Amino acid sequence: MKVYLSRRYHFSASHRLHNDAYTPEQNRAIYGKCNNPHGHGHNYVVRVTVSGPMDPVTGMVCNLGELDGFVRRVICERFDHKNLNLDSAFEKLVPTTENLCREIYRIIKSGFAHVMLEDVRVDETSNNSFEYSEREWHLISARQ
Amino acid sequence: MLLLTRKAEFSAAHYYYVDAWSAEENLRLFGKCANRNGHGHNYTLEVTIEGKVDPVSGFVMDLKALKDTIEREVVQVYDHRHLNLEVPEFRSTLPTTENIAVAIWHRLAGKIQGARLHRVRVYEMPDLFADYYGEP
Repeated sequence: MKVYLSRRYHFSASHRLHNDAYTPEQNRAIYGKCNNPHGHGHNYVVRVTVSGPMDPVTGMVCNLGELDGFVRRVICERFDHKNLNLDSAFEKLVPTTENLCREIYRIIKSGFAHVMLEDVRVDETSNNSFEYSEREWHLISARQ
Repeated sequence: MLLLTRKAEFSAAHYYYVDAWSAEENLRLFGKCANRNGHGHNYTLEVTIEGKVDPVSGFVMDLKALKDTIEREVVQVYDHRHLNLEVPEFRSTLPTTENIAVAIWHRLAGKIQGARLHRVRVYEMPDLFADYYGEP
């Protein structure tokens, strides 16, 4: 019996969207206010969806305490109240929320193998959200 | 095809405890949820149905009928109850968010006229929810 479990986590961080490959004018044109040299920040919300059969005894897709402990350690503690541009993941990558979402997916996928990772969604603000998955989107959208 | 979602709420008590395990094992796996005095949540249920829009009424189905079915089959059975002690399906399985989603699916399946049950989503709290699509 396949069940999907989704859990949301929160962290607040600063970033600046800027790419040295562009001229200052191009950076301002492409990234707008997000190119402010001093940076700005968001309250990010990360939604992690895992799936699988339920353990017949515990009735759980995965141990929530383990998932929480893992995500809080590798994601929340790593990024909360930090400057994303200074994180090793963004040495060569602009910390757009697209890239952040994909990095979070990769970090969880590589470190938490107990369960199938379906997708990761990151809300940057209440109006912007991003989702990353390695599954076919038409399969995922079919279950929305 | 069109998806339509109806929300309902119920408040209930539960705990997680496997009798075959020691108290230490239960505490290690379930943490605070293993407290046999129970604790509770305000659950939010979202029932999504799939169907065609009737060309005359403009409805997929009568929302009042869906609301009444959810009320009769789920809310009246779960609301202000202790799930482990008072709801039959949780005498043999733990009332985890996952199991509650599956149980509600089975309670509603076949009882919705004119549309197909697409998804049952159960929020135990705003940051934790389970989805069941009837997949085996």
